[in-house]
Amino acid sequence: MKITTELVDHICGLSCLELQTEEKQDMTAQLEQIVAYMDVLNELDTTGIEPMSHVFPLKNVLREDEELPSQDRAELLACAPASDGEAFLVPKAVE
Amino acid sequence: MTWETVIGLETHVELATRTKIFCSCTTRFGGAPNTHCCPVCTGMPGALPVLSRAVLDYAVKTGLALGCSITRYSKFDRKNYFYPDLPKAYQISQLYLPIARDGAVDIRTPAGDRTIRIHELHMEEDAGKLVHDPWTDRTQIDLNRCGVPLIEIVTEPDFRTADEVIAYLEKLRETLRYLGVSDCKMQEGSLRCDVNLSVRPMGSTGLGVRTEMKNLNSFKAIARAIAHEADRQIELIEEGKRVIQETRRWDENKDATYAMRSKEDAQDYRYFPEPDLPPIELSEGYLESLRAAQPELAEAKRERYRRMYGLPEYDCRMITSDRALAELFEGLVELGAPPKQGANWIMGEVLGALSARGKEPKDMALTPPTLARLIALVGEGRLNRNTAVKVFEAVFDTDGDVDAHIREHGLEQLNDDALVRETAARVLAADPRSVADYRAGKEKALGALVGQVMRELKGRADPRAVNAVLRELLAQ
Ligand SMILES: [Zn+2]
Repeated sequence: MKITTELVDHICGLSCLELQTEEKQDMTAQLEQIVAYMDVLNELDTTGIEPMSHVFPLKNVLREDEELPSQDRAELLACAPASDGEAFLVPKAVE
Repeated sequence: MTWETVIGLETHVELATRTKIFCSCTTRFGGAPNTHCCPVCTGMPGALPVLSRAVLDYAVKTGLALGCSITRYSKFDRKNYFYPDLPKAYQISQLYLPIARDGAVDIRTPAGDRTIRIHELHMEEDAGKLVHDPWTDRTQIDLNRCGVPLIEIVTEPDFRTADEVIAYLEKLRETLRYLGVSDCKMQEGSLRCDVNLSVRPMGSTGLGVRTEMKNLNSFKAIARAIAHEADRQIELIEEGKRVIQETRRWDENKDATYAMRSKEDAQDYRYFPEPDLPPIELSEGYLESLRAAQPELAEAKRERYRRMYGLPEYDCRMITSDRALAELFEGLVELGAPPKQGANWIMGEVLGALSARGKEPKDMALTPPTLARLIALVGEGRLNRNTAVKVFEAVFDTDGDVDAHIREHGLEQLNDDALVRETAARVLAADPRSVADYRAGKEKALGALVGQVMRELKGRADPRAVNAVLRELLAQ
């Protein structure tokens, strides 16, 4: 797969990242290398093999519907860059 | 040209579980901002989501009730998008192996019966709430709703009219409430609907370009939005313009839809398997146990009430409109109440008392034995209907003791013929004008006389007996 500048722009858009021209060039090269590694895996013949989504042999890990106390609000808010003591604050995001 | 409207629905339903889908925080509505949150539902790095068994049960029950085939091997996927109502920057949902697929819902409209195919049903988590503060020009985030369990039910584009859409949603709401999986309160957002709509020339089989409408929070809004959007699209096409595939927001105040600012590439969700949640494998035994525990649904009950008790269509509809009412009805019949009497009490007094108190049937204290006792006393002629209604009002809120209340207030019906006769004679003697009116052919005068006798006897006599005695005396 070819990584183009347009594709990097697209990914930046999806990821809410703003990169300088130079950074974009670096990123294009790096992504190219990462994707090239996938090509090594693609050389394997996987016909007839079920795609695997999880590496551990686990299934049906469930919990009962029992309420536990939530986290202290001040502790949670302290993890964010900005809050007003009640809510997390972000730059204007509502239309 | 004649146009046909083609509609598909995506309905999000909040499940009535105690805890969130992947953590043990409460799902209770309201609460101070960010007080129903933990590291999992605020998307802290390293937190591990664990699926609630109740969410799985509810989703499978709903799938079964909608005639879906249940996916025996199911898993979760990440739907990636950046918006601050979703702190992980992805929503855990199901794309590749949704829990249920290929169902069908039969609906009935004045224009005829239709079958709406269900494309799929999947489990996912709700997002948080954003509030914009115009003073600081910042957005406040409350994550109390973040992680509340949802099921999304997606139909095929099988609707042609708003009536069909409403009939489907009513049936869906009724089914979900009977199953006990959701309270389906549109005002509180526990039932939300997105409408996909396109138009095409009548008779054509291809699909036109569709738009998706969001923010529809009442049946009325849905019906109006469908009418307006269909008109808008037809007008565009007839003017030689194109319909653009986009998301439109319904503005209830302006009675119009408008395009939402299209976030560039917003549709590219880059789904991939959720590595934190192991897959779900359902055994035949598990499915069988849920099938066996499915409650009888409203439609089956209506059909049975018609067949077994000969109740009119209207009565069947009213008493099955809520599972708690249907259960009350069945309790009454089991205790020997005549079905039609039971239905009348439920449609009249019970629904009246509930609406006067702004209460839901499931929250009422009244139990079948109490109402059955009242109905029996009326049937035996020991209580007249009017007095019974008063007793009903007195016992309704606390499920009080009917017999004790009647004893305490001396309400038992007078079956003392001599006393009724004596009182009637006294009333006639005191009201020669009504007597003359009646004899002159004014049938209405009798009603006034019955009322007077009933008043004299403090409402405890049987009005039919009073009526008969008065007619007899007046004929002399
Ligand atoms: Zn939580």
